[in-house]
Amino acid sequence: MKFDTPAGQNPIDKLKVVGKATDRIDGPFKTTGTAPYAYDWHDPKLKPAYGFVVGAGIAKGRIKAMNLTSAKAAQGVLAIVTAGNAGKLGKGKLNIATLLGGPEIEHYHQAVALVVAETFEQARAAAALVKIDYAEAKGAYDLAAVKDTGKPEKLGPAPADTSVGDFAGAFAGAPIQLDATYTTPDQAHAMMEPHASIASWEGDRLTVWTSNQMIAWAARDVAATLDMPQDKVRIVSPFIGGGFGGKLFVRTEAILAALGARAARRPVKVALTRPMMFNNTVHRPATIQRIRIGATPDGMITAIGHESWSGNLPDGKPEAAVQQTRLLYAGANRMTQTRMATLDLPEGNAMRAPGEAPGLMALEIAMDEMAEKLGIDPIQFRILNDTQVDPEKPERPFSQRNLVQCLRTGADRFGWDKRVSKPGQVRDGRWLVGIGVAAGFRNNQVTKSGARVRLDAKGMLTVETDMTDIGTGSYTIIGQTAAEMMGVTLDRVIVRLGDSDFPVSSGSGGQWGANCSTSGVFAACEKLREAVSQKLGFNSADAVFEDGQVRSGNRTAPLAQAAAGGDVVAEDTIEFGDLAKKYQQSTFAGHFVEVGVDVATAEIRVRRMLAVCAAGRILNPKSARNQVIGGMAMGVGAALMEELAIDKRRGFFVNHDLAGYEVAVHADIPHQEVIFLDEVDPISSPMKAKGVGELGICGAGAAVANAIHNATGIRVRDYPITLDKLLDRMPDAA
Amino acid sequence: MQSPGDLELNRRDLVAGASVAAAATAFPGSARAQSTDAEGAVLTKMSLTVNGERRELELDTRTTLLDAVREHLHLTGAKKGCDHGQCGACTMIVDGRRINSCLTLAVMHQNDAVMTIEGLGKPGDLHPMQAAFIKHDGYQCGFCTPGQICSGVAVIAEIRSGIPSHVSADLNGPYEVTDAEIRERMSGNICRCGAYSNIVEAITEVAGRQA
Amino acid sequence: MKSFTYERPSSPAEAAATVAAKPNAKFIAGGTNLLDLMKLQIETPTHLVDVNGLGLDKVEATPEGGLRIGALVRNTDLAADARVRKDYGVLSRALLAGASGQLRNKATTAGNLLQRTRCPYFYDTAQACNKRQPGSGCSAIDGVSRQLAVIGASEACIATYPGDMAVAMRVLDATVETVDAKGGTRKIPVADFHRLPGDRPEVDTTLRAGELITAVTLPKPVVGRHIYRKVRDRASYAYALVSVAAIIGKDGTGHVAFGGVAPRPWRIEAAEGDLPKGAKAVTDKVFAGAKPTHDNAYKLKLAERTLGAVLSEARA
Repeated sequence: MKFDTPAGQNPIDKLKVVGKATDRIDGPFKTTGTAPYAYDWHDPKLKPAYGFVVGAGIAKGRIKAMNLTSAKAAQGVLAIVTAGNAGKLGKGKLNIATLLGGPEIEHYHQAVALVVAETFEQARAAAALVKIDYAEAKGAYDLAAVKDTGKPEKLGPAPADTSVGDFAGAFAGAPIQLDATYTTPDQAHAMMEPHASIASWEGDRLTVWTSNQMIAWAARDVAATLDMPQDKVRIVSPFIGGGFGGKLFVRTEAILAALGARAARRPVKVALTRPMMFNNTVHRPATIQRIRIGATPDGMITAIGHESWSGNLPDGKPEAAVQQTRLLYAGANRMTQTRMATLDLPEGNAMRAPGEAPGLMALEIAMDEMAEKLGIDPIQFRILNDTQVDPEKPERPFSQRNLVQCLRTGADRFGWDKRVSKPGQVRDGRWLVGIGVAAGFRNNQVTKSGARVRLDAKGMLTVETDMTDIGTGSYTIIGQTAAEMMGVTLDRVIVRLGDSDFPVSSGSGGQWGANCSTSGVFAACEKLREAVSQKLGFNSADAVFEDGQVRSGNRTAPLAQAAAGGDVVAEDTIEFGDLAKKYQQSTFAGHFVEVGVDVATAEIRVRRMLAVCAAGRILNPKSARNQVIGGMAMGVGAALMEELAIDKRRGFFVNHDLAGYEVAVHADIPHQEVIFLDEVDPISSPMKAKGVGELGICGAGAAVANAIHNATGIRVRDYPITLDKLLDRMPDAA
Repeated sequence: MQSPGDLELNRRDLVAGASVAAAATAFPGSARAQSTDAEGAVLTKMSLTVNGERRELELDTRTTLLDAVREHLHLTGAKKGCDHGQCGACTMIVDGRRINSCLTLAVMHQNDAVMTIEGLGKPGDLHPMQAAFIKHDGYQCGFCTPGQICSGVAVIAEIRSGIPSHVSADLNGPYEVTDAEIRERMSGNICRCGAYSNIVEAITEVAGRQA
Repeated sequence: MKSFTYERPSSPAEAAATVAAKPNAKFIAGGTNLLDLMKLQIETPTHLVDVNGLGLDKVEATPEGGLRIGALVRNTDLAADARVRKDYGVLSRALLAGASGQLRNKATTAGNLLQRTRCPYFYDTAQACNKRQPGSGCSAIDGVSRQLAVIGASEACIATYPGDMAVAMRVLDATVETVDAKGGTRKIPVADFHRLPGDRPEVDTTLRAGELITAVTLPKPVVGRHIYRKVRDRASYAYALVSVAAIIGKDGTGHVAFGGVAPRPWRIEAAEGDLPKGAKAVTDKVFAGAKPTHDNAYKLKLAERTLGAVLSEARA
């Protein structure tokens, strides 16, 4: 199905199943430990051996010599895979660093060997016996030190430099100016499930049970890396223990499991250890961001400029931290600039809302600072500079843009009118209390997505698509979509996901999964409705699917009757036309945060959080709300504690475990409220929905930062905002 | 939903695997009985009661309780999120106390009673805490969920049995099931998806119902 | 993890004798730190002596009016003990501020005393660390050191002792009781239990080979407000940046020890006379001679302000 004109009335609009707060259909499995994640598969036929990954002990240089003698002789060892014996390997289209390093080492903990043994304990012990002699080379590990060597680097279709009007002149002439530099650190996805795979060969066919957000990319890149035809690779990933972008691409454990299985001549299972994950895999790159805003005294932005520097391995991409600034606020004169310097740290790549998440951490502090300079309420300042069109191309409207309503509704609900705008005035016992706001913004990306739907004689529907559920609730919203389309209740739908034998979907990334994958199911169901009508001899144009029946004129037949002579199967793919070019499609939020800052120690604790979101039709308010609060929690982590600390001499992330890399725990997160504005966006898709999975993190961190400023009067521009950055400027504790 | 992926197959296999393990050779009562296999691994015979069922195992001394249950008994509900006691995904209830099963050796649990998520309830026969997690959407990816649920069950018991916490205003009690108490006591179970707010609601509801 | 044999001895002395006799033997109790380190081959024992079944898990009153805490009493049980809660609140509070509910259910009194540093370089076997591999150098001194020691460290090592319980025990003047291979017993004041690194940072404590901790005794309760204040970035399940264990009387006099700042719980008794004058007077003396790094200099100010908060709380 081609989607190139705004959606009209369609069966989803009935909203009998879609749009209802619905318990997850996979819930009974997840809550009982019976949902099989990658490392959990226990097919007795497999009898897998265990692989253990050896990571490089240097960040850059060469392996001079590798001594495998004692490792090979160790108990239970079946095989050892290294670059020296793995044969020639290709590289996945989306991989930057090689997944099996050696002799060249590109980053710390780059995999250099896989030790395969009968048991996990044996593999781990033998891995420690692999002796490697390195020639360590000097590398660049400090973004601030090399930032000025950064080169213009475009990200996808976005150019490295954008310019509208005369930014320099307008900024210079602006009566009120802000010129400030912000930094965000390297951050880790730190999903709860470590990267894990079980690989099994049958002749020249390979099956990999893995944990991956993008099944088709995985199949393609496994095939490319192993130099084999893609149709010989099957990827199975029905349950994924979190990804946040860290499982968009094939990682080392999948390739090494396949190589290990080939070498050991039996299936092999491999999980990365937690301490390996931080340097072996990918992370969100650090940024240095300079923001300049010029405005008139009454608060109209006349110039807005955003420059961002980040680092990556030579073929890597920059962090696109400026992208929201091209779209979020009005202003006739504007510029952005993206620069990337070469660093020899581990590979930087997409993490939840790449670009916008760190970009808004900076931009939305800048907006707060500017409002303060202007003496205008920060919500009012944002409202004043709202735009309903792409500020770079005024002829291009937003499909929907309800940011102002998000901010107003949030202000009302959160009690913004009780905020004391002068910082440092509110005290509650040992706490200095402050309230902050930030705008949230994340683009709605659309990409083609396929599905297959089968109706059987019992009236059961089975949906198959290679779409993944990384915690997003895909199982449920896909089930809801099929149920709505076919006029049945949700318990009549079986959803099967995450298998490369199924039609190729959008996969999970860029908060496009929910909208696109359900649109693919919509398309397949449209075809199925036709096929069913035909079987029943009904006119598909006026057939009504309702309550398990199909009605046409005054004839009615049970849906199941269409499959009496055999299953009825339909498959289709939604493809998106140029509506995304004609209209800017984005999602919006108003984030509100109250913090307490300990008057003595400067410990920061979040006390209240609210997000008001405008994100099109909400397919399942229960799981969508969960996505948003999860993003907000990650935003708290980003604001207050998350930082991969770099050893700038040896080029690695030092705090490479979950004790050292702190993410928010229960005690850090208060009750969170989410309000979805009642919105449908017919320009986005036939579902009239948009993505919401990343909107929660976009702006949440800056709202925390702004609340800290309101509580203390201290402006910290370097994340994370830890107590040591406040302590010297805290008022006397007494 | 009836069956995600090949789950039905997987569960059948699980049962088949269990009977094989149960048929393993008898063991001498003491964990001192150790043999060294042909390749030098130190093997110990031992027994555990897992979810009410006595299980005999012959294990490498290095095998953690988590790996014994997951890799040998094929009960894969408890998860290995970090293997270093830093995340809580492996939480099991052993002799009535919740612990990180990754940081304890199986051989140290001779004859102990181990409760895993599979022992709390099954699809169609859920423990109230499992049902409350579904109702309140107390999870996203589900990987930390078995640990969160085991911990949640234990936390209510800990509050009721008079164990104080870091946030208890008075060390000498009484201890209430407040949001703050739940959050502090649950902080050893990380949920990177960030479903904390919902998890607290689920635990609160179960605690209230039991009161 | 290297392969090891495993045994359960029948008495503390037998346990001590076994560990003294066997090269590379170690005691295991809760295992929460030892197994963590064994998985990374930072600890590589080839024989484990499981001391869990030795009956060292009771809290008893002493004839002197104090408490004798068995070495194997779990952190949860010690924190919840009615006598500890009532008379040694600072100890309960310190225990409850540490780790997580799951870890406290396994971790023992003796094991907690023996907890090794959380210095990230100690935890990474590809990096130089004098504590892990004597003579290899210290990566932390010019590396990432925000968590590490500001005082008591040496040119060889700036690791901190990471625990909370021992900081409270230090302010309570606890005594560590041990048994050795010959059945001989010894009493070590907790003040002398943890070593400063000097040029031998690999040795954390003054225990001798094979010596087994059997108990920790607390003297008669000290009257006053018992406060343990732990400061950290996240609200729970994190090591202290700075912690303060204090017992403060109504007249403002009292005792105070600091955690998270040194290779051992840090207490300077001579500074305690200044407590009525306020925090700064005390911390100036307690931290005299401190050598912070660029990353951890904030701890000096933080220690002062945290003590200030503790003194305010005691007055309230």
